[in-house]
Amino acid sequence: MTDKDNGFVVFSGVQKSYDGKILVVKDLNLSIAKGEFLTMLGPSGSGKTTCLLMLAGFETATQGEILLDSKPINNIPPHKREIGMVFQNYALFPHMTVAENLAFPLQVRSLSKSDQEQKVNHVLDMVQMSDFGNRRPGQLSGGQQQRIALARALVFEPELVLMDEPLGALDKQLREHMQFEIKHLHERLGVTVVYVTHDQTEALTMSDRVAVFNDGIIQQLDAPDKLYEAPNNCFVAQFIGENNTLEGTVESFEGDYANVRLENGQVISALAVNVGKVGEKTLISIRPERVETEAERCPEGAQKITGEVLEFIYMGDVFRTRIRVGSNDEFIVKSRNSPSQQRLQPGEMVTLGCMNKDCRALDYQTVNKEVLT
Amino acid sequence: MVSVDSIIGRNSLHRKVQRSLRIQKLRALGLIAPLFIFILISFVIPIGDMLFRSIENQLVSEVLPRTTEYLKSEQINEDWEPPNELFWHLYVDLAIAAEVKLHTRVGSRLNYEKTGISSLFRKSGRSIKRFGADDYRKALTDQIPELTSIDYWELLAEGTKYGYTRDTYNAWKKRLIENDDFSEKTKPSDFLFVVLANDIKSSGTTPSPDTILEEKLLPVISELPEIRFKELFLETDEDWAEPDVWDTIQLYSPSFTNGYYLNSADFKKGSDGPELRPENERLYVLIFSRTLFMSVTITMVCLLLGYPVAYFLANLPLKYANLFLILVLLPFWTSLLVRTSAWKVLLQNEGVINDVLVAIGLISNLERLELINNQTGTIIAMSHILLPFMILPLFSVMKTIHPSYVRAAKSLGATPWTAFRRVYFPQSIPGIGAGSILVFILSIGYYITPELVGGTTGTFISNRIAYHISSSLNWGLGAALGSILLAVVLALYWVYDRVVGIDNVKLG
Ligand SMILES: Nc1ncnc2c1ncn2[C@@H]1O[C@H](COP(=O)(O)OP(=O)(O)O)[C@@H](O)[C@H]1O
Ligand SMILES: [Mg+2]
Repeated sequence: MTDKDNGFVVFSGVQKSYDGKILVVKDLNLSIAKGEFLTMLGPSGSGKTTCLLMLAGFETATQGEILLDSKPINNIPPHKREIGMVFQNYALFPHMTVAENLAFPLQVRSLSKSDQEQKVNHVLDMVQMSDFGNRRPGQLSGGQQQRIALARALVFEPELVLMDEPLGALDKQLREHMQFEIKHLHERLGVTVVYVTHDQTEALTMSDRVAVFNDGIIQQLDAPDKLYEAPNNCFVAQFIGENNTLEGTVESFEGDYANVRLENGQVISALAVNVGKVGEKTLISIRPERVETEAERCPEGAQKITGEVLEFIYMGDVFRTRIRVGSNDEFIVKSRNSPSQQRLQPGEMVTLGCMNKDCRALDYQTVNKEVLT
Repeated sequence: MVSVDSIIGRNSLHRKVQRSLRIQKLRALGLIAPLFIFILISFVIPIGDMLFRSIENQLVSEVLPRTTEYLKSEQINEDWEPPNELFWHLYVDLAIAAEVKLHTRVGSRLNYEKTGISSLFRKSGRSIKRFGADDYRKALTDQIPELTSIDYWELLAEGTKYGYTRDTYNAWKKRLIENDDFSEKTKPSDFLFVVLANDIKSSGTTPSPDTILEEKLLPVISELPEIRFKELFLETDEDWAEPDVWDTIQLYSPSFTNGYYLNSADFKKGSDGPELRPENERLYVLIFSRTLFMSVTITMVCLLLGYPVAYFLANLPLKYANLFLILVLLPFWTSLLVRTSAWKVLLQNEGVINDVLVAIGLISNLERLELINNQTGTIIAMSHILLPFMILPLFSVMKTIHPSYVRAAKSLGATPWTAFRRVYFPQSIPGIGAGSILVFILSIGYYITPELVGGTTGTFISNRIAYHISSSLNWGLGAALGSILLAVVLALYWVYDRVVGIDNVKLG
């Protein structure tokens, strides 16, 4: 990984097993820069929370080392790590008022009463909850509790804040609003944030970089646009956004490109991102919006793929057309509802067009669709 | 505009809704009815009965109506002497009562208040048969043989002239009927002839339809020796001359009494209001305070032992937690008696614990610890028996405390101890509240274990209650003690609610 030695948080060869048999985290190498907003994204059970707990000190790494500001922290107990944490269930202390909750980290640090009060008021202002200091957490709505949990993790001014699916319990609208606010706070305070979510939209909109987890391994660590447009493997392509896959065998290589023969005999040229030798199987990944239903509309040099229309779905601003290509009858084409865009009828044969740089030949692996939801 | 139709429609809809609500209510009532009836029969009624018995005192005035009526106007003090007439009433009352052995019950009842009265009544009940009433019977029936028949007495009782005779006869008859002893062949008892003779003598000169009766009997009666009741009673037992005895009868003649409650508080009824019992007779205040003290101690011991166990269980993975929970519940599967007896084996002077302590040289053979038949024994055995009632509510409350709370506290900079003290412990208080009140209320009324291992110094108030219910048969006192126990528990519950708050009690 990049700047391994000067990262603010560094995981180096970290492994974790709860029961001594199964490795929940297999080989984690990750370096997080100071002030970065890094998201761990992955399906449920992929080991994200475990990584966060190891960083916070509530679980010990079975192997490997975690560095914080270049110091190994494996043997530092959680309360000495100065890491703020926001829990999925907020973990606001129900027997204390909001103000007492916020003052708690300041009290254990033996700050003076007036300092405590001033900091609590400041942080309440910051999350726009000044009027709620005397309420109990149970008297707040989910969104308000969320803000208080956030405020509590920030009030003692840690340099690193961990958030484990902090918005998971909120409804969609509130979640989007809070995403914006968290992002905003991060930019304002400049703290380093390690954020865990299984919601890819959340990951893409908020983060500087996203680490896609599956099965205890980071599948790809990249900026959101790279992750979407240039997935390195089949899992990432499937997990992030909508994706079409075509199964085929590598026939030959031409520079960066590989010629792949589909099962129905068609040959497609695709960027050779993650393929083996000639004769090996591969999966071609194509984003639905990078395919034209009319090949003529593509720029010069586009390649043609033939298929049969199975279904046409009108969605207002876009059309989704489901097409059978080779053995894949879930091939989706997304087209803008423009005046010139034709509406295809089921049963029609079409010639689709796409650029070969938008076709990415990836590793051949079957991805369990259910994991992705 | 509202049409007629729509009004009718609204009303019938309203009625339909009402009906279906009513049906729902009835169904709900039907579901709770069996339990409600059961509780009524097995709980509310017995408690009501207990409260009633603790003040009820009808026996004395019912069995000795004439005596108590006469005593009402008497001022009894140390110099007072029982007048002759009083013994006459006592004679009639006792004679009726002795017919069905009721005098012994009154004797026992009064004996709770003053020892010796029981034997006094028993003796007198026997001796009044020898007061000479049979001479009266013989003399009167010689003159009028019909007097041996109950029918003749019925006729006499219908007349209005001999009021005292009529009332006595009817009271006598009523007692016999109650006892299923009355028929047409029943012979009138001897004392009735004394009463009749007395009546005739005192009303002899007034003309009346019964003049034949008087003409025939008056001469005989005047020749009969007068019965000197006072002397005869005093001959039987000179205690009858004691003002104290009469004072007791007078104090307990009303139908309701606070005597049992005074007794429960180590007071007794005196002629000038309640007075404290002498030091050597005081008992119940000591036992009540001992019961409270030991219950509190047992609750604390259970809490101290149970809290760590519950904490340990609540933080164990579920499959192990279930296993350990079964171990906690295991004592429930063995009989209480067996467990208590096991403690006897362990704790006694020659028992396992003492033997081990002697064997490892911690104590010498001569100074074996007194672990049983005292408060220590009761506290040890009862803490063991009630421990699950502390652990279970604690466990189920702790189970609901998500580990993220303590983690949050630690991530905010709290040491493990501070995190426990300020975050975990306050959230476990509802469990402490529930467990404590459960253990305390169970222990304050516990009976069998203190009985077996408590000796004399380690027994509870419930042991005294049981003694009065089944051995001394002083149910009134037992009921009063029970009512006080109930009141104490309710009062403590109220205090508890004010201090801890009953919403702070959670069983899970
Ligand atoms: N305390 C634990 N004991 C045993 N196994 C655990 C524990 N916590 C998590 N796991 C297992 O570790 C795996 C990863 O869990 P987690 O890190 O919570 O995943 P994520 O947060 O990505 O959903 C899961 O299979 C889970 O069952
Ligand atoms: Mg998780």
